[in-house]
Amino acid sequence: MDSYVTLVQLLDSTIRLSVPLLFACLAGLYSERSGIFDIGLEGKMLAGAFAAGTAAYITGSAVIGLLAAVLVSVLLGLVHGFASITHRGNQIVSGVAINFIAAGTTVILGQAWFRQGGRTPSLPGSARFGALQLPGAEAMRDVPVVGYLYSELISGHSVLVYLAFLMVPFTWWVLHRTRFGLRLRAVGENPAAVDTAGISVAWLRYRAVICCGVLCGLAGAYLAQAQGAGFVKDMTAGKGYIALAALIFAKWRPVNAMFACLLFGFLDALAIRMQGHPLPLIGQVPAQFMQALPYVLTVILLAGFIGKAIPPRAGGVPYVKER
Amino acid sequence: MSQPFAKLPAWADYGLIPLVNLAVAFLVAGLVVLLVGENPLQAAALMVKGAFGSGEGIGYTLYYATNFIFTGLCVAVAFHCGLFNIGGEGQAYIGGLGVSLACLSLGDFLPWWLTFPLAILGAALAGGLWALIPAWLQARRGSHIVITTIMFNFIAASVMVYLLVGVLKPLASQAPETRVFGAGGQLPQLGWLLQLFGLQVRSAPLNVSFLLALVAAFLVWVLIWRTRLGYEIRTMGFSPRAADYAGINHTRIIVITMLISGALAGMMALNPVMGAQHRMQLDFVSGAGFVGIAVALMGRSHPAGIVLAAILFGMLYQGGAEIAFDMPNISRDMIVIIQGLVILFAGALEHMFRPAIQRLFGRIAGSDLRAAPIATGESH
Repeated sequence: MDSYVTLVQLLDSTIRLSVPLLFACLAGLYSERSGIFDIGLEGKMLAGAFAAGTAAYITGSAVIGLLAAVLVSVLLGLVHGFASITHRGNQIVSGVAINFIAAGTTVILGQAWFRQGGRTPSLPGSARFGALQLPGAEAMRDVPVVGYLYSELISGHSVLVYLAFLMVPFTWWVLHRTRFGLRLRAVGENPAAVDTAGISVAWLRYRAVICCGVLCGLAGAYLAQAQGAGFVKDMTAGKGYIALAALIFAKWRPVNAMFACLLFGFLDALAIRMQGHPLPLIGQVPAQFMQALPYVLTVILLAGFIGKAIPPRAGGVPYVKER
Repeated sequence: MSQPFAKLPAWADYGLIPLVNLAVAFLVAGLVVLLVGENPLQAAALMVKGAFGSGEGIGYTLYYATNFIFTGLCVAVAFHCGLFNIGGEGQAYIGGLGVSLACLSLGDFLPWWLTFPLAILGAALAGGLWALIPAWLQARRGSHIVITTIMFNFIAASVMVYLLVGVLKPLASQAPETRVFGAGGQLPQLGWLLQLFGLQVRSAPLNVSFLLALVAAFLVWVLIWRTRLGYEIRTMGFSPRAADYAGINHTRIIVITMLISGALAGMMALNPVMGAQHRMQLDFVSGAGFVGIAVALMGRSHPAGIVLAAILFGMLYQGGAEIAFDMPNISRDMIVIIQGLVILFAGALEHMFRPAIQRLFGRIAGSDLRAAPIATGESH
């Protein structure tokens, strides 16, 4: 029973930790499937988290915080689009630029506006997305095994957690069952064909970049308003890059993306859990080893040793209509 | 393309366009300064004064510039081969390991001028080897080098935390850093150079590795433009297919380029580790690897441009620290914004102003030569 409780708690924190990864990973999916590489997930998430923390603190409304996060993240996405779609700039350079702009601006503005060393003031409960008790969670608690699982693992998360997992089938449906999705995937593989069919490559890619911005904004809002209570300097701490790794790990597919994010979230949860708990036979595993594992796994995957990750064919290549 | 497009003269290509990009980047950064309620012009004046107003300021400016010359060269060498090495940060971090091992083992009984070459070798080897796996994966398995080098940055950070917290830390100490190197593991300061001009350097940690950075910049110029290897690297960068037809070995060039690139990043560690702090501290690179991207883009991947751009960023770093005293709303994080904006305007949006400037030059050329028919359209 004791180890069962531990396991459920471990899975519970896995879910909490993988939600920002999942949002960002799906965000990258829209963008990269349309042929726009996006290194800037990290920056958009960070700027979104800052906007969420600031707007939610000033207005006291959780929803306005969320909207502000989405707005700011979409604006940064549009900058990326302007550089890489309209001006056919290098998409990676543009993404790197956005990460730096977000990292610097959030600290400078946060310090100037709130004077708490780059943090935003701590949010009251009403400005956050609190835990949602699913119906029957309390009543079920005493049912052996299943009850605990339901009340701890399934119930009691913020609404954004459920939204993140709902986004997985939704994204699959958009990409594989709608006209927009078909065109989005086509423009990432062969933009010339899409252009020949009379569809604007630029406008399609802009819409993909906007979708990416919305989801990154949600990831940021989750960090500042659900997982934490306000923005903290550099609170994304490389999650955008882990999401990028998860996206490659998932071979640019939505359902795989969910499993990849859960895996990386699980590694993170395990690393936190194992601090000071030596394993049998192996002994103390250094926390740094667990932290590095997602990156090592991604490199091994990229090397083609466990399956081959093939990116969208037109990814990273600006589309030139005619010469 | 109906309007006449002029091929830009070299001074416009290498001088005017970077300046226009830089001006726009500073303009936008000025808006951020306005947003936090300070006067951008005053901030700029304070920054220049902080960076060049005193001997100590100049010493610090050049100290930071040393880091950025190395990392800028690292990014530039890879650029010439058409590779984007974002891994300078991690390669420099691991480079610190090479420096520290040389200094810890030899610094106690060798003089600095004997330890120095070995430390250079250690730094270059460590940094180069850290770039080797991404290079090999790019060349042989087609893994995107941008992604792999990003991953290697994080892996490097984990490895170094592990080593500094567990292995390299002296037993009695709490701080995650190595012990202080012996006298042979400490580079001489260059303060006397500035004192020749009557400047007081005080505590500025400018050291011999600044000279090494200048030598490295010169050697990179020789390599890229005056050797056969450099020719092959540039061919690969311009057109991998042409390189294939010319019989240039794909794998060999990619691996060698990345080894050189990683080695240059690794040598950056000499400056803070052996030159200033005389021990390896946690996170001593602190973003210099990423500044290298902005420096290389700004300097248009030419060593001369890189040295100038590195001094510019050194000025921003030092001046940014000084501003914070007078304007509490502005901290050194302002540099991160400027760095991002420079990368955006000089890198991703480099094509934004170029057509307009080319058109302008075309029009000037056109009015000069009205009588003669001028080449139009696809001439460039």
